[in-house]
Amino acid sequence: MLNKNELQLAFRTAFPATVPILAGFLFLGLAYGIYMNVSGFGVWYAVLMSLLIFAGSMEFVAVNLLLAPFNPLGALLIALMVNARHLFYGISMLEKYRGTGLKKIYLIFGLCDESFSINYTARIPPNVDKGWYMFFVTLLNHSYWVLGASLGGLFGSLVQFNMEGLEFVMTALFVVIFIEQWKKETAHHSALLGLGISFLCLFLFGSGQFMIPAMIIILGVLTLMRKPLQKKTGEAVCR
Amino acid sequence: MTLFEQIVTIGMVVAGTMMTRFIPFMLFPSGRPTPSYVQYLGKVLPSAALGLLIVYSVKDIQFFSGSYGVPEIVSIGAVIFLHLWRKSMLLSIAGGTMIYMVLVQWVF
Repeated sequence: MLNKNELQLAFRTAFPATVPILAGFLFLGLAYGIYMNVSGFGVWYAVLMSLLIFAGSMEFVAVNLLLAPFNPLGALLIALMVNARHLFYGISMLEKYRGTGLKKIYLIFGLCDESFSINYTARIPPNVDKGWYMFFVTLLNHSYWVLGASLGGLFGSLVQFNMEGLEFVMTALFVVIFIEQWKKETAHHSALLGLGISFLCLFLFGSGQFMIPAMIIILGVLTLMRKPLQKKTGEAVCR
Repeated sequence: MTLFEQIVTIGMVVAGTMMTRFIPFMLFPSGRPTPSYVQYLGKVLPSAALGLLIVYSVKDIQFFSGSYGVPEIVSIGAVIFLHLWRKSMLLSIAGGTMIYMVLVQWVF
């Protein structure tokens, strides 16, 4: 356990990295809360579901599951498919989450797109505790999401400001993080494969079905390219 | 749906989501050495996953109708330009998002 000053330092270092998420999650959470509200669910549903599921797109899907006939196995399978990309994040974070103690359970619980992309690419100063930094990034992201969903459930219908297009803040964040990662690596095969295969699958299979085939093809090509890629990237890359 | 059925449904969604997040860590616990193939994936997958994430976040663009994806392409171009030029994460994100909002609200 760290002392109070070290905890504060980790928090103060983590917070700026999450500011774009603050904007994005308040907005998306708000939209989700409103959606729940107009679908006939009380604010407690939005609060509890944002707290427990913490996977943005899945929560929108979950609203439809709640409105459809009862099908628990179907709900499980849909959740597995919509969130399958988290498997990639887990494999990527195996090393980074090592040695974070009990915090690791929460870090894994909160491994959403945004926590993954920030924590994976973060350049954490050496005097800041890595585990607590990643913990606060995850906790802040989680709080923004729950806050947005709660506000949306409570006051969503009162919003007058035209926020159409604010959801682009998430795309912008991912593009910036992609560029940062691009600058850090010496070989760009994996980055280009990820973009190219995903786009190809989006055109071939459509927005509802492209994720799983894209993941399988990415995994397959990276596996086939293991020998040449390992030679090219060596040990220094992505560390 | 009854309240019980709602609780079960939400529980299943939580379980499915958590499985996708916990499975890698349960298969490869930190106590045991991770297979070299998985270590290799841990190094090359992140860049591909970030690419996949960009595509995922723009997956609902209508490329062949509506605005033909022009607001998205212009705004992503703006984000890349701003980021390579000023190297400020917040400026790139805020600038790109404002351009996107202006485009979808007033132009298209």
